[in-house]
Amino acid sequence: MRRRGTIGRRFFVPTRIDDAAGSSYNRESFHDPARRPHAAARERVTERVPRAAASFAASAYGMRHCMNKKLQAVIQGICARCGKDRTRMMDIVRETQAALGCVSSDAMDLIARETGTHRVEVESVVSFYAFLSSAPKGKVVIRLCNDVVDKMQGMERVAKAFEDALGIAFGQTTPDGAITIEYAPCIGMSDQAPAALVNDVVVTSLSSDAAREIVAALKEHGDPSRLVRQLGDGNNGHPLVRAMVRNNIRARGPVIFADMEPGAALKGALAMTPQEVIRDVKTARLRGRGGAGFPTGMKWEFTRQAPGARRFVLCNADEGEPGTFKDRVMLTECPDLLFEGMTVAGYAIGADTGIMYLRAEYAYLAPFLEDVLAQRRAKHLLGPAILGKQGFNFDIRIQMGAGAYICGEETALISSCEGLRGDPKNRPPFPAQKGYLGFPTVVNNVETFCCAARILAKGPGWFAEMGSKGSAGTKLLSVSGDCRSPGVYEVPFGVTLADFLAMAGAEDAAAVQIGGPSGQMVGRNDFGRTICYDDLATGGSVIVFGPNRDVLGVALEFLEFFIDESCGYCTPCRVGNVLLRERLHAIIAGRGEPADLEYLQKLGETIKTASRCGLGQTSANPVLATLKNFRSEYEKRVKARGDGLQPSFDLRAAVADAEAITGRPSVHAANP
Amino acid sequence: MAKPKVATTSLAGCFGCHMSILDIDDRILKLIELVDFDKSPVNDIKKFTGRCLVGLIEGGCCNEENVRVLQDFRAHCDILISVGDCAIMGGIPAMRNTIPLKECLDEAYLNGPTVYNPTKTIPNDEEIPLLLNRVYPAHEVVTIDYFLPGCPPPADTIWEALTALLSGKPLTLPYQLIKYD
Amino acid sequence: MNDRFAFTIDGVEVQGRPGQTIMQAADEAGIYIPRLCSHKELAPHGSCRVCTVLVNGRPQTACTQPAGPGIIVENSSEALLAIRCNLIEMLFIEGNHFCMFCEKSGNCELQALAYRFGIMAPKYPYLFPTRELDASHPDIFIDRNRCILCGRCVRASRDLDGKNVFQFVGRGPRKRIAVNAKTALADTDAARADKAVSACPVGAILRKRVGYGIPIGQRMYDAAPIGSDIEAARAHPHK
Repeated sequence: MRRRGTIGRRFFVPTRIDDAAGSSYNRESFHDPARRPHAAARERVTERVPRAAASFAASAYGMRHCMNKKLQAVIQGICARCGKDRTRMMDIVRETQAALGCVSSDAMDLIARETGTHRVEVESVVSFYAFLSSAPKGKVVIRLCNDVVDKMQGMERVAKAFEDALGIAFGQTTPDGAITIEYAPCIGMSDQAPAALVNDVVVTSLSSDAAREIVAALKEHGDPSRLVRQLGDGNNGHPLVRAMVRNNIRARGPVIFADMEPGAALKGALAMTPQEVIRDVKTARLRGRGGAGFPTGMKWEFTRQAPGARRFVLCNADEGEPGTFKDRVMLTECPDLLFEGMTVAGYAIGADTGIMYLRAEYAYLAPFLEDVLAQRRAKHLLGPAILGKQGFNFDIRIQMGAGAYICGEETALISSCEGLRGDPKNRPPFPAQKGYLGFPTVVNNVETFCCAARILAKGPGWFAEMGSKGSAGTKLLSVSGDCRSPGVYEVPFGVTLADFLAMAGAEDAAAVQIGGPSGQMVGRNDFGRTICYDDLATGGSVIVFGPNRDVLGVALEFLEFFIDESCGYCTPCRVGNVLLRERLHAIIAGRGEPADLEYLQKLGETIKTASRCGLGQTSANPVLATLKNFRSEYEKRVKARGDGLQPSFDLRAAVADAEAITGRPSVHAANP
Repeated sequence: MAKPKVATTSLAGCFGCHMSILDIDDRILKLIELVDFDKSPVNDIKKFTGRCLVGLIEGGCCNEENVRVLQDFRAHCDILISVGDCAIMGGIPAMRNTIPLKECLDEAYLNGPTVYNPTKTIPNDEEIPLLLNRVYPAHEVVTIDYFLPGCPPPADTIWEALTALLSGKPLTLPYQLIKYD
Repeated sequence: MNDRFAFTIDGVEVQGRPGQTIMQAADEAGIYIPRLCSHKELAPHGSCRVCTVLVNGRPQTACTQPAGPGIIVENSSEALLAIRCNLIEMLFIEGNHFCMFCEKSGNCELQALAYRFGIMAPKYPYLFPTRELDASHPDIFIDRNRCILCGRCVRASRDLDGKNVFQFVGRGPRKRIAVNAKTALADTDAARADKAVSACPVGAILRKRVGYGIPIGQRMYDAAPIGSDIEAARAHPHK
C-alpha cells in the first residue's frame, strides 16, 4: 500500500468529518489531513514510497546517483579545506554561499555528510544568518542599509531608484539571476549614509543618481569592485582595502588615535609576569568598551584562574549596534594596536590562540587585516616564542560572521565561532570559566584591546589619570544623524553631552540616542549629563535627532530592528517585542488610548526583566526610554474614548477584503 | 425595585454556550427571580428595551453584523462578559484566520469536495453582512469586563459568575471551573 | 551530608547540595517554581523564562541558576507572578492554541499553567500566525500551531533517543522546529516510542491513533493544579 503524506502549509479547516476516502469516522483520518482528499487537493502533497524504502541508506543511495557531481565536488573541496571540522561550519557555509550563491538543501545534506553532523544542524545554522540563504540569490547582492540614520539621509529615495532601475522589489532577484536587492540593518556607515554593500564592496553617501549608476555599471560588467572610483582616506586607500569609505576621525585622543611602534606594548608586557600585566590593567581601571563596562583586568584574572587545558582570546569585532562604526575605523587605522592588545591578553591569561570575530559587513577589511597579521608573524609579534619569549606562543585567526547582530553578544559570538547558530548561551558558566569549545575564554571589544595595549605601553597611571572617577581613559564615540560633523571622536570620559554635541555640530539636537537602540534616548533636559559608565553609558553610538524628528517613529524603527535580530530563543524577546511594535504602531496611527502607556510600560518591563541575554534585556529600551523622557509625545497621540470601543480595532481595514471581493461597500464602516 | 436586566447574544458561535446557560437546569427558576432577560435569543427579544446590568457574549466577530451587535451590547450593558472560547479567542471559526478570505470563500462555495454549485456563484446579497478579514475575539473589538473560558463553559461556571455579579461579590472561580475545553 | 548548605526561598529556609539548580533544590523542598521548557530528564534550556526568580535581587531562571549557600531567592512576589502570567499569555497568543479540540487538552502543561495562574483571557492580541503541519509520518504528527519552541523535543531526541530528529531553524519570530530531513518527518528516523514525542509539553508533537484517550475529569490537570505533586512533598515531608 502506498502511504500518502503531506506538509500542510497552514491550518486546514475541516468542513466535515467523514470523507470520500472512508465513509466511517476514523480517528486517524481526523488527525491526518492527507487522508482527506480535499485537504490533499489544497495542500502540497508528497507521495511517499513505503517507509522502509525511504530509509537513510536508500535516500543516500539515491542522493549519490542523482546529485549534481559538480555540487558534490565543490562541497567536498570546501569541507576538506576546513578540515571537515563541524566547528568551522561558519567558514564552510560562507564559502558554499560564495561559491554557489546559496546553501541549497542538497548542499546541506552534503555538508552534513562531510562533517559528520546532521543536516538539520546545518540548516539550523544557514537559516540563522542574514548573509546565508537556502534559496539562490543573484551573483551580485546589493544590501541597502535601512537603518534609522540612513532613512533620515534619504535612503527611501535610493531604494526606489534601485527598484526602478532593476524592475524588481526589495527581497527579489532579477530574472536573469544577476542582481538581488535586499535591506540590511546598520552596516556601520552611518556617518556616510545612505550606504549599501554590493557583495563585499561598500558604497557610501548614495543618491538616487548613484543608485542608477551602480545598476547601470553592474549590468555592464557585473564587477562590484569597479564601483569604487574614489578611495577613502587613510588605509581605506590601502591596496588591500581599496574602499570609498571615509574614516571621518574628528577628534584624536591619546589612547586610540596616537602613534605606537608595533611591539611596544608587548615588550612592556613580556618584561613582566602575566599576573603583573593583569595587575596593570586593573590599576589602569580599564573597563570593557563594548557597553557593559565590566572591569577588564578582573575578567582576565578570572579566565587565567579558571581550570582548563587551553585558553582563548576572542575579539568582538561584530560591531552591530546601529549608529556605531568606531570599531571599523580602528580596524582600518590601528589594527596593530588591536592585535597587540589581543596578544597581551593572550600572554596575561595563558592563551595560545586568539580569534577575531569580524562582522560580515566588514569583509572588505579582511584581506588587509590578514596582511597585518602576516606582517606581525614576520616580526615575531605573533607565532611561536613571541619576541623570543620561550613558551609564549600565540597566533590570531579571523572568524567571519554572516549577518547577525546578536553575535555581538559575547556568548552568541562564541556559539557562532563554534559553528553553531548565534544563540547566546546560558550563564553560568561564564565564558571566563567555560567559553569557546568549553575552554576559559576572554571576550573583549576592539576598543578594549586597543586600550589594553596602550596601557602596557604607557603605564597604568598614565591611563587612569584620564577620564572621570569611575570611568578611566577615553572613549570613542560614533556620531551620526542630524549633526554637521558626523564621524568618530575620541573624548575623555566625563564630557557632558551638551559639550559633546557642540563638538559634533549638533547644537539644535532635540533628542539623542546614546548607546544605540539598546541604550537610551534622552531629551534636552538630560544634555547636562556626562558620558561615562555611571551616567550615560554607551558602547559608542550617538545618534542625533533634530527638532523635526518623530521620536516614536524612531522607537518603532528600533523595535523592528530588534524583532529582526532576536535569536528567538526566549519568550519575552521573541514575542514581547512584536507586541510592543503592534501597540506602538497603533498609537502612531492614531488608534491609541491612555491605557496603552501602562500596557507598554508593563510589557517592556517584562521583556527587560525576563529576557535571557543583553539583546532581550535592552530591546524594550526604545519604548521604555521614550515613555520616560518623551512621555508627552505619547500623551498627545492617545485619546480616551469612553464608549467602550477598542480604538485598536479598525473596522474599515477589517472589511476591506470583503468589500473588494463582493464589490459592495460596508454599511457599518461608513457609520461607526 | 426593578430586577436587574440581563441580555445575551450569540455572534460567531454555535449556540453551545447558550445551551450551557440553559444547562443550569432548575436554577433557571431562581435566576428568573433574580433578573429579567432583555434582548436575548432565549426570549426572542430582538431589540434592547433599556439599560442592562449584564450582557453575555457568545462568539467572536466574523462579520460586520457581529461588530454592530457587539457595539450595541457595549452601549447598553454595564458589564459585558465573554462567555466561551469563541468570544475569548475566536474559537473554531478563527481557524480560518490564517487563510485569506477569498480562499475561504472559494473553498466553501466552489472548490470544496462536497460542494454542488453548478452556477459557480458565491452568495453576495446585500442582506448578507460583509465578512471580516479574520475572526476577532470580542475584547479586541470592545472592552470586555469578565471572561468565562470553556467550550462551552460549564453551567456551574456561568451560574457562579452570574450569582457573584448579581450579589456584588468578587468573581473568583475555583480551579476546577476554569477550563479551556 | 556535610556538603549541604542552606538558602531561602521566599523567606523559607531550604537545603541545597553542590551542583543543584535552584529548581532542583526547590523541588526537593516541596516548593514549586512554575516551568515549561524544563524537564527532569533533560538538560536545562532556560528559554521559556517562566521559572524566572530573583536571586539576591537579580532575575535568573531557576532551572539554570545553581543553588548556593545563603542566597536569597524570591519566587512568588506579585511582580514575579505578573511576569510569569505575561510570559504564559505570550505563548498563547504567539501560536494557534485551539484547546477545545486539542488532544492534549487536560494534559497540556501550557494550559495547566494558565489554569494555575487563573488566566481567563490573555491581555495581548492574538497573532494568528501561519504555521506548518506535518502529518507525513505514519505514527507521529507535528502541529506547529501548538509549538511553544521550548526545545524539549530537540534535547530529548539528541540526548535520550540519540537521534537528532529535531532542531530549531530560523530566528526571531520566524524561529521554528525543523526535522532532520529534506522534506518531512516521515523521512527521519523518528519513531512512535521516542522520548522526543512524550517530552512535548503541549500538543505539538503527538502520536497518531491516540486522540482523546483519557475521559474529561480524569486527565492530568483536571482536578489539581500543575505543581501539586511537588507541593505535596512539602505538605507531607515524611513521604
